[in-house]
Amino acid sequence: MTSIILLSVFGILNLFLGFLRSNKVLLPGAMLLLLAVFGANYADWNVVHAPYFNNMLVVDNYTVAFTGIVLLTTILLLPFSRSYVTSGEPNLAEYYALLLFSLVGAIMMIGYDHLLMLFVGIEILSISMYVLAGSSKRDSRSNEAALKYFLMGAFATGILLFGIALLYGATGTFALSQLATAVAAPANASLQPMLYIGILMMIIGIGFKVSAAPFHFWTPDVYEGTPTFFTAFMSTVVKTAGFAAFLKLLAVALPAAQGFWMPTIQAMCALTLLLGNVGAAAQSNTKRMLAYSSVSHAGYLLIGLVASKGILTGDAASAIFFYSLAYSIATVAAFGVLKLVTDHRQNDSYAGLNGLGKTNPLLAFVMTVAMLSLAGIPLTGGFFGKFFLLAAAVGQGYIGLVVFAVIMSMVGLYYYLRPLIAMYMQPAPDDATSVPVDGIQAVTLVVLAVLTIVLGIAPGFVSGIL
Amino acid sequence: MLTAVLLFLPLAAALLLLFVKGAAARALAFGASLVEFALAAFVAFDFKAHGSAAYNLDYNWIPSAGINFHLGLDGLSLLLVLLTTFLVPLILLSAFKRDFDNPSTFYALVLFMQTGLIGVFTSLDAFLFYFFWEVALIPIYFLAGAWGGERRVAVTLKFFLYTVVGSLLMLAGFVYLYLQTGPAAGSLAQHSSELTAFYNLKLSASEQSWLFWLIFAAFAVKMPIFPFHTWQPDTYTEAPAPATMLLSGIMLKMGIYGTMRWLLPVVPLGVSQWQKPVIVLSVIGIIYGAIIAIRQRDVKRLIAYSSLSHVGLMAAGVFSLTQIGLQGAVIQMLAHGVNVVGMFFIADAIERRTGTRFIPDLGGLTRRTPILSVCFLVMLLSTVALPLTGGFVGEFLLLAGVYQYNAWVGAVAGLTIIFSAVYLLRMFQRVMLGPDSSFSETITDLTGGELLILVPLIALVFWLGLFPGSFLHISEPAVTNILALVGR
Repeated sequence: MTSIILLSVFGILNLFLGFLRSNKVLLPGAMLLLLAVFGANYADWNVVHAPYFNNMLVVDNYTVAFTGIVLLTTILLLPFSRSYVTSGEPNLAEYYALLLFSLVGAIMMIGYDHLLMLFVGIEILSISMYVLAGSSKRDSRSNEAALKYFLMGAFATGILLFGIALLYGATGTFALSQLATAVAAPANASLQPMLYIGILMMIIGIGFKVSAAPFHFWTPDVYEGTPTFFTAFMSTVVKTAGFAAFLKLLAVALPAAQGFWMPTIQAMCALTLLLGNVGAAAQSNTKRMLAYSSVSHAGYLLIGLVASKGILTGDAASAIFFYSLAYSIATVAAFGVLKLVTDHRQNDSYAGLNGLGKTNPLLAFVMTVAMLSLAGIPLTGGFFGKFFLLAAAVGQGYIGLVVFAVIMSMVGLYYYLRPLIAMYMQPAPDDATSVPVDGIQAVTLVVLAVLTIVLGIAPGFVSGIL
Repeated sequence: MLTAVLLFLPLAAALLLLFVKGAAARALAFGASLVEFALAAFVAFDFKAHGSAAYNLDYNWIPSAGINFHLGLDGLSLLLVLLTTFLVPLILLSAFKRDFDNPSTFYALVLFMQTGLIGVFTSLDAFLFYFFWEVALIPIYFLAGAWGGERRVAVTLKFFLYTVVGSLLMLAGFVYLYLQTGPAAGSLAQHSSELTAFYNLKLSASEQSWLFWLIFAAFAVKMPIFPFHTWQPDTYTEAPAPATMLLSGIMLKMGIYGTMRWLLPVVPLGVSQWQKPVIVLSVIGIIYGAIIAIRQRDVKRLIAYSSLSHVGLMAAGVFSLTQIGLQGAVIQMLAHGVNVVGMFFIADAIERRTGTRFIPDLGGLTRRTPILSVCFLVMLLSTVALPLTGGFVGEFLLLAGVYQYNAWVGAVAGLTIIFSAVYLLRMFQRVMLGPDSSFSETITDLTGGELLILVPLIALVFWLGLFPGSFLHISEPAVTNILALVGR
């Protein structure tokens, strides 16, 4: 709860900092504020809090753990907004404020215990993201992305809200625990169809937010058009919060309806894995590849939902936590490097990375670690992420799904290697100069790489904590 | 403790190398690899040959999943660690001869790979084994891909995809086995991935039947066994010489070692079911590799196919499931490692002097290069398995093992010796002897630095040939132990 209050206050504070007209203060300011929030969030670990707002929001270890991921991701992402500082972007204070507010939405999505709280959280997060997607005002691609994201997103939120309403109609409650009882022992059997349609609509609404197929079609276009800095935020924080919310919905409110949603989620999972990986393999643009890759990772995380079998703690939940953490760190690293390189070289195709191993060994190394982690190669966090997820699913007997996921991750190897081939095995263009990286960005990149490797060597300290 | 030093010393040196340039980098890399060899040699002298693993290092790696960082050395592991630590300094020395970009990164990757290899040869936990198995792959991918020849991008991609697909299948097999295990004593986790836990599993024959192929996929690609070999000749040819030496000299042995440690004793019923098909495939590989080698006009490709042919014999020996066949495979792993590294080094030495490795362009080199010719001939004759050389002992024992399994198969496998004499002596004749080529007068003989690499290799060839017992007795209890587990 402290983190929500702090973030809201700091968001407003940030707006006022904008009056100083000094972008130099903003970046370190925002980072310090977020570090403070991270500390406050950590202080809630293993502390029992009574639910807030008439049982609408709970702060338990589940909330604290996933909140920790979104905060850490944002802290590590912020240094890559440096180009806004140096270019004198007039609206930087508003961007940071929106990021902080959207984090409030993310935390509400993670900690909700009441469907309305979920809805409000999703809306806070989404509306901030609609604005930020279009933040590059003079770029028509960014405008297109914002409009697409807004129209599709508004539609999906509408469906979600419709689903919530139907669920309420069928059970008479918004509270997760009461929903669970009402679903397990329905008072009126004639309302069952309404319940199922409601569940399906909620799955569609959240599936859209986490870009799970077949509701992923907006992802490549929006990711490509959105300024890279915000794309990174979108593909990490939004996805992590979305999956935390998804798992909670299925595990706390709807375990009794497992017979209904389990086949749905399984089908979505297989489809997401297929479309994400095959789509990514067909790309020649790094950013679009990462967009499809984020779809495919939604597929792996869906395996976690399947394996959870409606339980919020234990192997599957821990695996989803670990996977989200490893994925977020690697994705921030990949987008961070991509942003620095494209800002300098103005080319976001694979060829834009050519010869980076020569001109910028550090950037190339961090990108390599990120790609290997996303591909799930040992020594990186991504390997243990996949390992824990797939082991949890095998443990529950979903062999077919796991085999399919392994085959798809073989496809993944192909496209994750392509940036590496460009960086190390293609010559740099003749006029290529080294990409400028300032101190704080270099430190952040090293931290990202080290974190990924630490997760890949000593996963014990965060595995199995839920 | 010693095992940990053995494992992490090359890694530490590799990390240091990222900050060191020029001559200091060479000194650091070579120094570290020599210290590593000294350590391994010390372990070898200190080693008491018995069946179970010594120098255990057991650390609770991922407690919630029952995965341990468990390393240990038995005779089999020890010999392969010795081979690795013996060859890496020589491979580094050979890399010093070459002129390329970013040399210190190159040395760092070689040492990083050494850590992976030693990890593979000493792991006693399935996931740790898989972990190091992939760790060894990453540096060699970059070594071959970033410093390789013209077609490197496509070739290394193929190599990488082949091997990773193979190892993912192995991982799938391991996960299945892992989920069948019970908790280890004193562990909180429900399962255990210890090697011994896998050995103690009681699995039905039908389970073992498909598990066999899941696990064997990784090893078959790595060796490689026909028909999983298509990545091999291209990769050996395109990779820079030091990377080719690592691939053929050491990495190939990961496949044989893995089969002996992680396949035969884990799924014995699957092995007995598939023994015949695998031996037949191996023998096909022997003949196929040899016939293609005869037709090759590129020295490096010829050696690559020769290696394919010889590894087929090793696989057949292992799958004969006889004491003599397995012991032959052990000694042949050492001999082949030495031979093939020497052959590739000499091929590279010729290429650096003449700028070509195309056999018809060469000829009559021997007049100006007596030392090179002698060294080449020794390596070649050991590969052909002439008595007194290491190759003879290995191939003799292997053939004896295969013969015990089936006389006819043994007879066909025996063709390997005749064939390799054909293609290797023909190559020698056309490259070193024969009519003069444009290089006959200008070529220079081996330098002292190059001899520094070849003399230890040649010494080991004769040591293996004359006193094979000094190596065989180290591995004997380990091999007996493996066969006892297979025969249970």
